[in-house]
Amino acid sequence: MMKKKEETANRPDNTAFTQQRLPAWQPMLSAGIVIPGFVLIGMAFIGIGVALFITSRNIQVLERDYTGDESNSPCNTCTHSSPDCNCVLNFTLSKLFEGPVFFYYGLSNYYQNYRRYGVSRDDSQLSGDVAYFKNPDSNCAPYRVDSKSVPIVPCGSIANSMFNDTFRLYHIVNGKEMEVPFDGKGIAWWTDYNVKFRNPSLVNGTLKAAFDGTVKPINWPKPAYELDPTDSSNNGFLNQDFLVWMRAAALPDFRKLYRRITQGDYAAGLPAGNYSLKITYNYPVLSFGGRKKIVLSNVSWMGGKNQFLGIAYLVIGSLCIVMSMVMLIVYAKFKFPDDGS
Amino acid sequence: MTIPKDIPEKWFPIVLPLKRKKQEGLNADKERRERTEEERRVRANDREYNEKFQYANNCIMTSKYNIITFLPVNLFEQFQEVANTYFLFLLILQLIPQISSLSWFTTIVPLVLVLSITAVKDATDDYFRHKSDNQVNNRQSQVLIHGILQKEKWMNVRVGDIIKLENNQFVAADLLLLSSSEPHGLCYIETAELDGETNMKVRQSLSVTSELGDPNNLAQFDGEVICEPPNNKLDRFCGTLYWRESKYSLSNQNMLLRGCVLRNTESCYGLVIFAGPDTKLMQNSGRTKFKRTSIDRLMNTLVLWIFGFLVCMGVILAIGNAVWEKEVGSLFQSYLPWDPPVDNFLFSAFLAFWSYVIILNTVVPISLYVSVEVIRLGHSYFINWDRRMYCQRRNTPAEARTTTLNEELGQVEYIFSDKTGTLTQNIMTFNKCSINGHAYGEVIDTLGAQPKRGQPLDFSFNPLADPDFCFYDQSLLDSVKLGEPLVHQFFRLLSLCHTVMSEEKSEGELVYKAQSPDEGALVTAARNFGFVFRSRTPSTVTVQELGRPVTYTLLAILDFNNIRKRMSVIVRNPEGKIRLYCKGADTLLFERLHPCNQDLMNVTSDHLNEYAGDGLRTLALAYRDLSEQQWEDWAELLRSAERATDFREDRLAAVYEEIEQDMMLLGATAIEDKLQEGVPETIAILSLANIKIWVLTGDKQETAVNIGYSCKMLTDDMTEVFHISGHTVQSVREDLRRARERMMESARSRDGGKEEGMEGWGEGCSLGNGFGVGGVGGGADWQPQREEKQQGSVPPPGPPSTLLDSIAGEYALVISGHSLAHALEADMEQEFLDTACACKAVICCRVTPLQKALVVELVKKHKKAVTLAIGDGANDVSMIKSAHIGVGISGQEGIQAVLASDYSFSQFRFLQRLLLVHGRWSYLRMCRFLCYFFYKNFAFTMVHFWFGFFCGFSAQTVYDQYFITLYNIVYTSLPVLAMGIFDQDVPEQRSLEYPKLYEPGQLNLLFNKREFFICIAQGIYTSVVLFFVPYGVLSQASRNDGIPLADYQTFAVTVATSLVIVVSVQIALDTGYWTAINHFFVWGSLGAYFTILFAMHSNILFSIFPNQFCFAGSAQNTLGQPVVWLTIALATVVCIVPVLAFRFLKLDLKPQLSDTVRYTQLVRQKKRKPGGRGGRGASGGVGGLGGGALGRLGRAGSRRSGYAFAHQEGFGELITSGKNMRLSSLALATFASRHSASWIDTLRKKKQQAAQPGGESSPAAAPAAPLSTSSSLLGPQEATAEEAAHTPLGPACSNAVTPTLARSPGGDSIGGWAVNLGAVQEALFGWRGVGARISGASSPGPPPIAEESSLTE
Repeated sequence: MMKKKEETANRPDNTAFTQQRLPAWQPMLSAGIVIPGFVLIGMAFIGIGVALFITSRNIQVLERDYTGDESNSPCNTCTHSSPDCNCVLNFTLSKLFEGPVFFYYGLSNYYQNYRRYGVSRDDSQLSGDVAYFKNPDSNCAPYRVDSKSVPIVPCGSIANSMFNDTFRLYHIVNGKEMEVPFDGKGIAWWTDYNVKFRNPSLVNGTLKAAFDGTVKPINWPKPAYELDPTDSSNNGFLNQDFLVWMRAAALPDFRKLYRRITQGDYAAGLPAGNYSLKITYNYPVLSFGGRKKIVLSNVSWMGGKNQFLGIAYLVIGSLCIVMSMVMLIVYAKFKFPDDGS
Repeated sequence: MTIPKDIPEKWFPIVLPLKRKKQEGLNADKERRERTEEERRVRANDREYNEKFQYANNCIMTSKYNIITFLPVNLFEQFQEVANTYFLFLLILQLIPQISSLSWFTTIVPLVLVLSITAVKDATDDYFRHKSDNQVNNRQSQVLIHGILQKEKWMNVRVGDIIKLENNQFVAADLLLLSSSEPHGLCYIETAELDGETNMKVRQSLSVTSELGDPNNLAQFDGEVICEPPNNKLDRFCGTLYWRESKYSLSNQNMLLRGCVLRNTESCYGLVIFAGPDTKLMQNSGRTKFKRTSIDRLMNTLVLWIFGFLVCMGVILAIGNAVWEKEVGSLFQSYLPWDPPVDNFLFSAFLAFWSYVIILNTVVPISLYVSVEVIRLGHSYFINWDRRMYCQRRNTPAEARTTTLNEELGQVEYIFSDKTGTLTQNIMTFNKCSINGHAYGEVIDTLGAQPKRGQPLDFSFNPLADPDFCFYDQSLLDSVKLGEPLVHQFFRLLSLCHTVMSEEKSEGELVYKAQSPDEGALVTAARNFGFVFRSRTPSTVTVQELGRPVTYTLLAILDFNNIRKRMSVIVRNPEGKIRLYCKGADTLLFERLHPCNQDLMNVTSDHLNEYAGDGLRTLALAYRDLSEQQWEDWAELLRSAERATDFREDRLAAVYEEIEQDMMLLGATAIEDKLQEGVPETIAILSLANIKIWVLTGDKQETAVNIGYSCKMLTDDMTEVFHISGHTVQSVREDLRRARERMMESARSRDGGKEEGMEGWGEGCSLGNGFGVGGVGGGADWQPQREEKQQGSVPPPGPPSTLLDSIAGEYALVISGHSLAHALEADMEQEFLDTACACKAVICCRVTPLQKALVVELVKKHKKAVTLAIGDGANDVSMIKSAHIGVGISGQEGIQAVLASDYSFSQFRFLQRLLLVHGRWSYLRMCRFLCYFFYKNFAFTMVHFWFGFFCGFSAQTVYDQYFITLYNIVYTSLPVLAMGIFDQDVPEQRSLEYPKLYEPGQLNLLFNKREFFICIAQGIYTSVVLFFVPYGVLSQASRNDGIPLADYQTFAVTVATSLVIVVSVQIALDTGYWTAINHFFVWGSLGAYFTILFAMHSNILFSIFPNQFCFAGSAQNTLGQPVVWLTIALATVVCIVPVLAFRFLKLDLKPQLSDTVRYTQLVRQKKRKPGGRGGRGASGGVGGLGGGALGRLGRAGSRRSGYAFAHQEGFGELITSGKNMRLSSLALATFASRHSASWIDTLRKKKQQAAQPGGESSPAAAPAAPLSTSSSLLGPQEATAEEAAHTPLGPACSNAVTPTLARSPGGDSIGGWAVNLGAVQEALFGWRGVGARISGASSPGPPPIAEESSLTE
């Protein structure tokens, strides 16, 4: 027995693994799987595509450019003048704009996704870490400290370039302007508001004191703790507009949620009629060829208007069906020799 | 001895010059020292004197590091590799904030991983090198120090020491033989380790030193040797010994080289001349060339191309950046001012270039190299683990000694094989014989109609029989027993006509020392049939003929040489009759027969053909009776020829020729040069796999051709076998040209037919070659047309460049060493190669180790084909090293070949498994792996390129940096590794059944530049989809709470998730063999992706490192959106559906053989479930190939000489001079010659001694008695045998049972019937009881024993 063991001491183990005999599923692209598979995918895609397309068509969108570079544009005057220029944009809804309605502002040719722009922020600072108030991250340069070497809070290009046009929408009922109430709560990500951005702990009960020893970003008219004079809790880093702006866009044409219209008479939507939008025109975009617009939109179960998705699903679904036909023909013609005889 | 193989892990070819330079640097010191050493002076027993010269000592060091130097040296080496330096460079780039588009850890994590894996591997390798060095260096040897023999380790042996070697010991260093225990200072060595020749060689010491027998004298020896400096010429040594004011010249004949083994010599003393690295063995071993696979080379080219591509993209994006900065960026400065160092758009573009180089470098990720290594390692382990490549007998598993060549095993086109020990076992067995027109040896079972071997004959009647000898034909033994005179004559010839030396350690224990194994086989056969060659002196040969010693006077040995192809002896038998016995090649012998032999010659020649057809090595035997006068006359001629000084050889040959005339044919022998198991089958399968096999052997042409036939490399169905053995350049060239013309002719004449054939075949082609193969196997009809069809159906890589490539017939080329020398000259090599490559089989005989390597190099150089060399001996080392893949046969004594090899196993037949199963799979897996790998990285990386156009060419990454870091090492590495390691397209037995499945590898179809571009294109397509589908969807989309989805982090997560899903689906498609591991890895990778994604985006991590994990919350916000999932689904389908459709259509329209096989397999599996084995798949036919087809192939018989004589000339002279006789036997010789007249007395004395135990001896031998008794006795004996056959034991054991049964009726002590009859012989000859039986059986006819024994009275 012992000897036998010795004789075969070097014999490899006889396991399925070492002998490469592991039980395995060996799929093959047989016609029985592929063709029905294609039909199935095609059907499913067409179904989803139709649903998406119809849903998307029912979503109403209203877009108005207010850059003001054309001379007939209502905001043309504001393009040259000093800040806090007001202009009015009028539009008419021919039918009810179903609620809830979302009010967006949009920027074009604006590179929030530029690498250096994107990193020019200090998340530690924005999460309320006071240590970074005194010494902001180097990525914030050149908006890290001001000319007197006082740290800027919030630092960085993104914060510095925060969008600061403001809008007020009026419904003109019988010649009278009725302000449409805007809801500015919860327009940012829940996680941004609750996790990522935190105000520094209050010093002497005020936010202002917490920001002591810092200066506001160069472009800002007011410091962070005074962003919303109407609502003290909407100040500092937790200001909703600030949060929305800080969530950088992926593409150079983007829109950001400004307000929801969910309250009062307008909870069900904007009734047909004339509206005027009063814009405080602060934000210069013409210098770099950018454009500004406002967008009014409502949403469905699958989000905002999205023609692309529906059409793409329809196209791909149909292509799958066509492919399955082609494959069926090919298969029938050059039948795989099943039986070998 | 041990030269561990250097297994460097090199990744880039560029590294090699560096590496080489370094090695040169290291060697330079050594070389310088050697250059200064113009001659070597060694004084024996004088270490102080010798130390002056600082010769290398006997310590061998092949390891590279020690514990302290390991880290710095290894790191230094690793950073010499371009890949590592490249990544280091990237790392440095990333530390520049203006450039850094990625965090430093995206590069450093993989880099550290790679460096440490390689370091661990290097350390392990070096550890084993240390171990084997130590083992060799610590071997013991006996050194003479101050007159006393002391045990010393090998490494402590110094130049100038005198060491003692004992029998079967390895020679420790290159020694000058001083003295030996054998007479005349002779000693025998086996040089298999050095040159692979298995026959023994004689070395002789100078006569002056051979007298210094004992250690005391040797300790006084103070001779000085002045000789050439160390070199690698194995067969040359030139030096002078100065001793006692005289000069003695030394030659290779006096040297024992390291690596040899001392044989048949009790002990000997030698003076160390070269030690350690200076020995010829080590000088020959050289450094292992680093081998890389063709995939490696291709990969390196591709990687360089990709670098080019990378630079192009960098440039494009940098230009884009310049334009953007000028047009947009400069105006956008109110929001995003340029960094202080960036003052204009051009500089910004310059920085953008480097930033993009960093981002896009993932097209060639460092993990590619690691993964390739891991996969190869896995494949190597599978080879090591393969039980079907494990040899039970030798207890050796297969071993992949190199882990870098596996996939090349799937691309082999040429195999260069050694013969002895590789194809054959180097065991000769006496298999068949033809005596006087009667063929013996073939036992045909009449029922089975197939030759079936029964039980081997029982030779127990003969106490001197060799127990290992097997013979199966009872009738031959019966003939011997019946005393047929010609049968006796036949065996007498075999026992007399040879140059074998015998050694009788103790009474009856004979050991033959044959110079060639076939001679040994013949003498052993004679021995077992009762003609035992017992001993020889220079002038006598003593043979125990059927138990009776007879001493013949050896008058002359007409030695063998290559031209004569025969040897003869002239002996005088005790009656004084002179007879010449001759054995040799039938062609030559038949010419010299007496005319009256014509009929016998015809019969014998038929037998010879039959034997040759079976691949046996044959010899014809003849004798001639000489009258005293004839002998005297001839002896006079011989003496004068021997005295001649000029043309002595020629004169001798002429004299020999004169006496070898008018001979009487006795018969022929057939020796089987035992093939290794399964050699013909392996060769047949390999050649079906379109692998060309060349046999390169040091053996003679006849032997080699014979083996060629017996292992079915050459068949009689071959159109023609060309023999090239010219000695001059002209004749070789002429021969080659003629061969080529012959081939061209037939090709041309066949071309017409071929075209016609092709028209009819046209349709069939498209259906693939699977059925062609099935047909070939099934039908087993090797018609040339069939061959052509095959060739037609396999899409050739291009039109045949010359007519030679299109030759379809089967040709073979046999070329001898000296012709090869001419053929390998620069001006003829092309011609030779063209001719040889057009042949199906090539046999090169009498080639030197160097020529072996040259042939391999030649094919390597001119054919873009993968070569594999397989061998077992040290003479194959050069060939093994120079071929792309070297395979060593392990388990034999020599380990040189194994050490130099890349793979080793112990049986030639494992080669088919290594190539067709492991190689094929490795190649397939590696190709699939590479295709997928390039695909996935292009899909991953190119997204950045597209994004560049939307982010101001700012080198913004699309993904989170952690995703970039982990993509290649976590999210996508394991599934593709699992595929690369475990994938199988068809089960292993199918790849042996359909050797044609091997072809894609040879044609390089699975991964080449075209396939690469397809993968790249697919990758780029995927990247386009992956970028633009989310772009199209997300730019407009918003969540159902109105928040837009177009923010950067959502986009990043969407693209990354789509990417991971798409590449996972793709790997799922690519995987053909889903084991649990694959499932685990694929699903596990997806799971890991999501787990890590959520972890990285979790609140907790963010709260700890807010700046590092700024994606907090992205995962949950993004992946909670149905739109995102719809986007991912859309992207996946758009990426995968075209691939799916393409693959399906390809499978239907242009199925590969593997697809077909896989499909049939699938169908068969399905069918098997309902009822039995349905459908005779194509495999059924091929399956039969192993048996039926091969069996059939062997049967044909053409006129062919199978001449078996593997030895060198010169031994005859050695014997007659008595030089190689032991002192004991010499004493006997002198005794015998002194009492030549009364040698009978001696014999009688011996007999009486032998008779003592047998009890009372009765000298009254009755020569006539056996004649009468035997027949009556045979009756019962046969009957018992019959009975035995019917006993429950069955017929198979009848032979074994017979003797015991036969003896039982007589009684216990000595068989009753045997006593009456055999007592006399028993007493007389000292045979034991059984002996009687045979003597009785052999007595009919005029028994020569009887004659001779009567003479003794």
